[in-house]
Amino acid sequence: MAENDSDIPFMQKLLDNHFLLLVIGVVSPGVIYILWGIIDIMNTPLAK
Amino acid sequence: MATTYRTCPASGLQFEAHAEKLMKWNAVVAVLWLLVGGIGALGVIMTRWPAFKLLPADQFYTILTAHGVDMLLLWILHFEMAVLYFASSTLLRCRLATPKMGWLGFWLMVIGGIMTNVAIFQGESSVMFTSYVPMQAAPHFYLGLILVAVGSLIGCGIFMGTLVVAKKDKTYTGSIPMVTFGALTATIIAVFTILSGAGILIPTFLWSVGLIKEIDAQLYRMVWWALGHSSQQINVAAHVSIWYLIPAIVIGAKPLSEKVSRGAFLLYILFLQLASAHHLLSDPGMSAEWKVLNTSYFMYFAVMASMIHGFTVPGAVEAAMRRKGFNNGLFEWLRKAPWGNPAFAGMFISLVSFGFLGGISGVVLGTEQINMLMHNTYYVPGHFHTTVVTGTTLAFMAVTYLLVPTLFRRKMIWPKLCQIQPYLFGIAMSITGLVMMGAGTLGVSRRHWDMAFSGAPFQYEWPGAAYLMMGMTGFFGVITIIGGALWIVLVVGSLLFGEKLDGGVVSDKPTPIPAATPAASASHHGSDHVAVPGTVVLAMALLVAFVLYYYVNWKYLSEVWLLS
Repeated sequence: MAENDSDIPFMQKLLDNHFLLLVIGVVSPGVIYILWGIIDIMNTPLAK
Repeated sequence: MATTYRTCPASGLQFEAHAEKLMKWNAVVAVLWLLVGGIGALGVIMTRWPAFKLLPADQFYTILTAHGVDMLLLWILHFEMAVLYFASSTLLRCRLATPKMGWLGFWLMVIGGIMTNVAIFQGESSVMFTSYVPMQAAPHFYLGLILVAVGSLIGCGIFMGTLVVAKKDKTYTGSIPMVTFGALTATIIAVFTILSGAGILIPTFLWSVGLIKEIDAQLYRMVWWALGHSSQQINVAAHVSIWYLIPAIVIGAKPLSEKVSRGAFLLYILFLQLASAHHLLSDPGMSAEWKVLNTSYFMYFAVMASMIHGFTVPGAVEAAMRRKGFNNGLFEWLRKAPWGNPAFAGMFISLVSFGFLGGISGVVLGTEQINMLMHNTYYVPGHFHTTVVTGTTLAFMAVTYLLVPTLFRRKMIWPKLCQIQPYLFGIAMSITGLVMMGAGTLGVSRRHWDMAFSGAPFQYEWPGAAYLMMGMTGFFGVITIIGGALWIVLVVGSLLFGEKLDGGVVSDKPTPIPAATPAASASHHGSDHVAVPGTVVLAMALLVAFVLYYYVNWKYLSEVWLLS
């Protein structure tokens, strides 16, 4: 018998949602590494 | 598009016709790039070997650029495309999504790879793999890389599409198999990597043709490393998948806990790409918060994930061997493991070398303070040769010993040499990486073609050990190249002259894998709950080695700064 959807643990639902993982895997480093890095570089004072 | 499915009689694996062709062509092209990159490796190693200094400086940097691009991108990306098609269509026993797009991606990668190599060997693009601006390469150097990136992105899309096909056609129930989940992780990291690469290489291409005035050097370095380092994290996810695949096929091993292993892959998806920041730890344009949080905090989650895989893969081997009755003492399972099987031996050497050498040195390089000891020294290529070469390349070589009979339907020639090859290549490369790191610790520079700085107005007196280490790098590096060349001879020789094997039954529709076939463990999911005391001891050995080496580097640091 097929497992009732509500019986499936949250983590398994997350790990079985491949496209959500794709979004998380691109957005997360996109913000923490790239976006924050760009903000850092833009805030570097220019030499006078 | 009409298709057929061939079931390999020996393994039980099922190959869909379009996926099979794409896997074969990608694997063959990958081997050709390994050959070109390997010849480049000989030029690099014989030049940096102080007793030989084979090439003049200009030729050295040309060859070094080709070696980096061909090995780190072209050999590995083509092989990874084959891995993605295998992990989706073959393991899920379904048709490949949009095979015509697969061929488009393949040819874009081939044309792009050739274009970039032409640019390099014309001599005007000796900018090395990193191609830092304001050094400028010829426009077709960047254009070729962009085409490779687009081709790879198409391959990632086909992998995701094939997962949808398998779900729609109900060729699996519940979750996808562990190996496919690892390949999904590699795909996700690849999408981030390729988008980052496009984000910096397209403007750089426009700069090279004069349409953009300048590229900010710091911005280039930051975004480029999201391509340069993350591309190696695709490899990590791919070779960890292969670590799970080989014991599953060879001895029927299952992960100790699917939940834990999948959780570790999730940590890769969230944090592995952030390790790119450790290349920028001495860059003045990035804040301390950005550096420390990306490396010394977030990166440790990815390190923890690698340690989990490093525990669960040998643990799965131990559990499977104990189920077969090898229960005496702590290590009978290890002694009686199939060491004569080159796929298994290559996988295990890859695992050990990646963990003890690549993993520990990676954490040291990712720690801002002790990174300063060896930043931009020969330690860096020492580290990544123990991750990318003994980790990824050796794992890819190992799985080929399974793929040649099943995918190419040829028996491997010279079985004794096949047994020797992973040991020759893996051990020689591990020693090479170790002495490269030793030379780097003594300050030998990462890229300078002549460590003696001949003709410089101010000479630096290297300790004798530095020359010894560089000599050993040359000696063991040449042995590694012989081991790699042997693999190419064995694989190409088997494809051309190996005994033809039965291709198996061909059907119009996919069929479920019979439970008794060797590959069943790789196609199904499930955990093996067996106590693994031997693996716990091995994991403790890794932890002790890690703690001691970490302490030694902090001690070195205090001596550099004369604080003690």
